[in-house]
Amino acid sequence: MNLAVNNTSLFLAAMLVLVALGISLWQKLGLDKDIVVGVLRAIVQLVIVGYVLKYIFRIDNVWLTLAMIGFIIFNAAWNAKKRGAGIPHALPISLLAILISTGVTLGVLILAGAIKLIPSQVIPISGMIASNSMVAIGLAYRSLNTQFRDQRQAVLERLALGANLLDASITIVREAIRTGMAPTIDSAKTVGLVSLPGMMSGLIFAGVDPVRAIKYQIMVTFMLLSATSLGAIIACYLAYRNFYNERKQLK
Amino acid sequence: MSALMTLTKVNYQVGSHHILHDIDWEIQAGAHITMTGPSGSGKSTLVRIIAAMISKTSGELIFDGQPIETYDPIMYRRQVSYCFQQPTLFGETVADNLAFPYQIRKQPVDTAHVQEALENVGLTAATLTQRIGDLSGGERQRVALIRNILFLPKILLLDEVTAGLDEANKTIVHQWLKHMNRDHHVTTIMITHDAGELAAAQRMVTVSAGRLEETR
Ligand SMILES: Nc1ncnc2c1ncn2[C@@H]1O[C@H](COP(=O)(O)OP(=O)(O)O)[C@@H](O)[C@H]1O
Ligand SMILES: [Mg+2]
Repeated sequence: MNLAVNNTSLFLAAMLVLVALGISLWQKLGLDKDIVVGVLRAIVQLVIVGYVLKYIFRIDNVWLTLAMIGFIIFNAAWNAKKRGAGIPHALPISLLAILISTGVTLGVLILAGAIKLIPSQVIPISGMIASNSMVAIGLAYRSLNTQFRDQRQAVLERLALGANLLDASITIVREAIRTGMAPTIDSAKTVGLVSLPGMMSGLIFAGVDPVRAIKYQIMVTFMLLSATSLGAIIACYLAYRNFYNERKQLK
Repeated sequence: MSALMTLTKVNYQVGSHHILHDIDWEIQAGAHITMTGPSGSGKSTLVRIIAAMISKTSGELIFDGQPIETYDPIMYRRQVSYCFQQPTLFGETVADNLAFPYQIRKQPVDTAHVQEALENVGLTAATLTQRIGDLSGGERQRVALIRNILFLPKILLLDEVTAGLDEANKTIVHQWLKHMNRDHHVTTIMITHDAGELAAAQRMVTVSAGRLEETR
């Protein structure tokens, strides 16, 4: 392998951060603090995770691997929840949605023999699945929030006609699921044309034949479609009821 | 006549804002009641409580012999139907709106019945394919009204539904309401400020500052 980012080149690459910082200050975007915090967090988190992964891969213990996946899923749920501000029970809902979408997708990949049940394969793939599911759920929550606000009158109208909660919300729920899945579908359309995604780039970087690398990327595309659709549908179907009270009235 | 609905000491409060005070009211089956009162006095709030769109903070509301709390709100709203002042039509066409009451009951659309209902408010089957954005205010309101009665409710609550309509449209709505009340025995409660409607009222209640009085 010819992966050679040495500490000196990493340090020089840090100049790129100064570009972002400079633009923020120059254009008075007020993002300078966010950029510094973001960069520091990225460095600290990645360094820690690097050492943790090294340890986990070496120990190769199934419980430790599961604990790491659990940690990833919990963090993903926590972040998705933040997008669902104002939706009660957003954390448990996100947790369930990400757990199921990640579990099912991972299970299928393992059963199909696409990846092996070893930490160095299962953990990175779980991370990819969970983070895409997280983004999809976050977008779906935001869509639920804006639609229930903008379409309040239409929802009231349906309730007044004697619709049950699903009938009163179904157009909103469908649109929210669509919104959650849209980026994955869009990127499936442009993959290879615009982006050479992380997994593929990584393999090519590591010297793998591009034709072999694309097989992995095709697998990733399939798994992200599954993960985002499962995540979005579970989260939306569990979340919409929380816009109503126990007397089936819109809050 | 027996009381179809009885309200006893019904109050509605939001925070420290007391909107309805000790409302006592008996609504007889088959009545055709006109409700009036100054803007902001609590009329919409009262009928929305009756329609189970919001819940009273205290007091008792008996419908058909049982407290409102004992009903499933969804089934209850199919019997006590609320019409908004400014209705929102949904979907694309008039047909989408009139199919909705059937969809939520998992029943096929009864086209003949829908057509008859349209004719009762001076519209025709041709309206069905019209896009909702192309309707006039009066047409929109009439479509919204029949959406509420395709399956006859026991009580129909009309919240200033004729406000903003021209005289021709008002007359159509009045005649239709009379027909609903007399021929289909739907109990109707109509909120209005309209001088003509107030003059024609048989029974009238007035809400002022959150208190209800039977005035005729
Ligand atoms: N959810 C609410 N929160 C606070 N105030 C409300 C709420 N709903 C209604 N009100 C207030 O209650 C009063 C009565 O409103 P409403 O029933 O709409 O009156 P009306 O229909 O007679 O014009 C008004 O002062 C209104 O601002
Ligand atoms: Mg009102």
